[in-house]
Amino acid sequence: MLAYIIRRTLYAIPILIGVNLLTFWLFFVVNSPEDMARMQLGQKRVTPEAIEKWKQERGYDKPLLLNTTAEGSAVLTNTIFFEKTLRLFVFDFGSADDGRNIGHDIRQRMVPSLALAIPVFIISLLVNITIAMIIAFFRATYVDYMGVVLSVMLMSISTLFYIIGGQFVISKLLHLVPISGYDEGWAAVKFLVLPVIIGIVGGIGAGTRWFRTIFLEEINKDYVRTARAKGLAERVVLFRHVLKNAMIPILTGVVVTIPLLFMGSLITESFFGIPGLGSYTIDAIRGQDFAIVRSMVFLGSVLYIIGLLLTDLSYTLVDPRVRLS
Amino acid sequence: MRRGTGLFVFVGVLVAVAIGLWLAPIKPVLLWTDLLIYILLFTLVSFFSYVRGKPHLVSPWRQVLSRPLAMISLVVLSAYVLVGLLDSVHFRMALAPQAVAQTAAENAEPPADAAAHYSVEVLSLLDVIANPIRRQVEKSYSAPLAAHLFSKDTVEQADGSTVRAYPRLQYGGAHLDDPESQRTADITQRALTAVAMGLTAWLLVVLLWIAYLARRQEHAFARQLSLIVTGNTVLPWRAIFSTLAMVFLFAALVIKLGVGYHLLGTDKVGNDVLYLSFKSIRTGLVIGTLTTLIMLPFAILLGIMAGHFRGWVDDVIQYVYTTLNSIPGVLLIAAAILSVDVYIANNPGLFETVIERADVRLLFLCMILGITSWTGLCRLLRGETLKLRELDYIQAATAFGVGNMKIISRHILPNVMHIVLIAVVLDFSGLVLAEAVLSYVGVGVDPSMVSWGNMINSARLEMAREPVVWWSLVAAFWFMFVLVLAANLFSDAVRDAFDPRVGLAN
Repeated sequence: MLAYIIRRTLYAIPILIGVNLLTFWLFFVVNSPEDMARMQLGQKRVTPEAIEKWKQERGYDKPLLLNTTAEGSAVLTNTIFFEKTLRLFVFDFGSADDGRNIGHDIRQRMVPSLALAIPVFIISLLVNITIAMIIAFFRATYVDYMGVVLSVMLMSISTLFYIIGGQFVISKLLHLVPISGYDEGWAAVKFLVLPVIIGIVGGIGAGTRWFRTIFLEEINKDYVRTARAKGLAERVVLFRHVLKNAMIPILTGVVVTIPLLFMGSLITESFFGIPGLGSYTIDAIRGQDFAIVRSMVFLGSVLYIIGLLLTDLSYTLVDPRVRLS
Repeated sequence: MRRGTGLFVFVGVLVAVAIGLWLAPIKPVLLWTDLLIYILLFTLVSFFSYVRGKPHLVSPWRQVLSRPLAMISLVVLSAYVLVGLLDSVHFRMALAPQAVAQTAAENAEPPADAAAHYSVEVLSLLDVIANPIRRQVEKSYSAPLAAHLFSKDTVEQADGSTVRAYPRLQYGGAHLDDPESQRTADITQRALTAVAMGLTAWLLVVLLWIAYLARRQEHAFARQLSLIVTGNTVLPWRAIFSTLAMVFLFAALVIKLGVGYHLLGTDKVGNDVLYLSFKSIRTGLVIGTLTTLIMLPFAILLGIMAGHFRGWVDDVIQYVYTTLNSIPGVLLIAAAILSVDVYIANNPGLFETVIERADVRLLFLCMILGITSWTGLCRLLRGETLKLRELDYIQAATAFGVGNMKIISRHILPNVMHIVLIAVVLDFSGLVLAEAVLSYVGVGVDPSMVSWGNMINSARLEMAREPVVWWSLVAAFWFMFVLVLAANLFSDAVRDAFDPRVGLAN
């Protein structure tokens, strides 16, 4: 087991190198720091001195890959590639355009993100599985048909409308909770209720449909027929047999997203003014703060790879037949 | 229609279009996305004419088309596609001689030969058709069917004094002398005329259609009619015609009420929201279709190669898609689009008109969206190919010394096409929705391009106003919802018909 984990962790290194090369290529080769500076400072009336200064402040004035003017190991280390890209591997994110330390910001903003993402994740998992079980119980009846049509309709509504509609009805018309904002500690709850509800409702359509497909696939297998032939009640068949066996496909889809909960939800956080990592990312994209975007890309890939690893490990927990080697 | 006549008609149409283009005072503009749309259209037409001759390929499509829900969706989708295609024929109008002279005078240049002057504004066929709506630009917000502006402004009276009042709209309800008393009656009358018009046109089309069907089936007209009304036809004609009625009624309402009024109100700078909603259709369709079109060859080729050759080829391809997959989609798109933005901003000379710049950005967006979405299909194809290559008939082909390329093209490709098809139709609705979110984040289509995402984005802040400016949002919502819902329902039917697994499950 431990050997497996170590090997998988080593597999992650080439992938992370690939991710970093890609972002390096996008941000420093496709567009030189010179282009970025001109873009940031405005197209016209920009002096070479201003560009130099902008580059120097951010450390973009170094050579890309090889520093021919330096000596010794500095040939490789005193470059943009080393400073801006390789440093990410030790989670040294450097500083943002406004001079703040990105690593510090990320640690601080993780908490509100998780406070929103974890309840949404857990509750919607429960809600979706429950509804899908009910639909599967009534399969091939009108309940099933209506359930599918309803979930397709829910799926067809853009996330933006769930948020705008929810804010409008619950906060503006009914004045039940504040429209947006955030607070420390338990006071945050009243700000989090609405985004959590919207996150759950917005996911019901797609989630229910996905779980229904999984359950229906299991229901037609031989062991289910055997269980029914033994005279077990449909309820017992569903909960004791189908649900357990459906765990593998469910875990495949669900576990990989758990680490990504750290990244927060881009849209929800920015609409509700929650100072998490999602709104951090959006602000960085809008403000064209490339340092933050690079850091978030790296962080996202690391979390995704952890998710893949967790998925494999979770198989061993639910299915004793799976051996990792 | 026999093959020969079809070809003649096709060539005739082409010649007519060419002569029309030559005579008309316009300069055709071929945007990159237009070109790709035409290629896509050509591919689709040739695909379906190929399928028609193959019974085993026709049968799943029959199954799709026999489902009422799928056909309703198909009719709705066709209406959208028609608008999108009309909006994909671009050209620049020739400037009138005096306008040319004026421009030349302003630039203090001697006028060159008069024929070479074209407006910098790129128009599409849809713009020309919607000319009355497009030109009716008010000052600011106005509610749907209103005759007055939404907010108070200083109005100059006839005697020179000024009051704060809701000014009359320049175009909306301008034909009324006294909007307060006449507006409701006028709108009702127009709506009733529209319903009558729509129903008449619909009846005409449907009756002709039924007559055609009756002749082809060699039934009497009345018998064909009763078959359709009772729903006893192979294709669900009843559902098709009912949906067509909806489309006709909507079109008639748009024609009757959209011209004298602003049927869906106007936005902040006074543009007609109905027109904007129609313009957004093309953007949505382009993102939904071209994204897959661009990436499909890569996904198919790499997926099959990985599964067929295994070994180091498989390792490399797996590495590439795992790497791309591990970057969160929005961030990859943001990173790439930011780079494109910098590039476009630093090379302003590359694009003649604003619309061409926006178009290139849209194309890049499609490519990048494609890069983030092809990995799923690639992995599916790899898995399926791994399974297929162990089957006896492919083992036999290998044993006979059939080349790799031939095995892939003759034996593997046709047997994974259903996966490709399902992936393409399933992806469509997700991509249309993604556009709105990306435009909100600021990495979507160009801000100058009309899209539902941009409409929502600019209307979002108006929700705080009192009373609320709701029409832009509601319009974008409905246009998007209907398209995505139709696409979802249609793709469900396609999946049910083509996915062998679903067939077993039901």
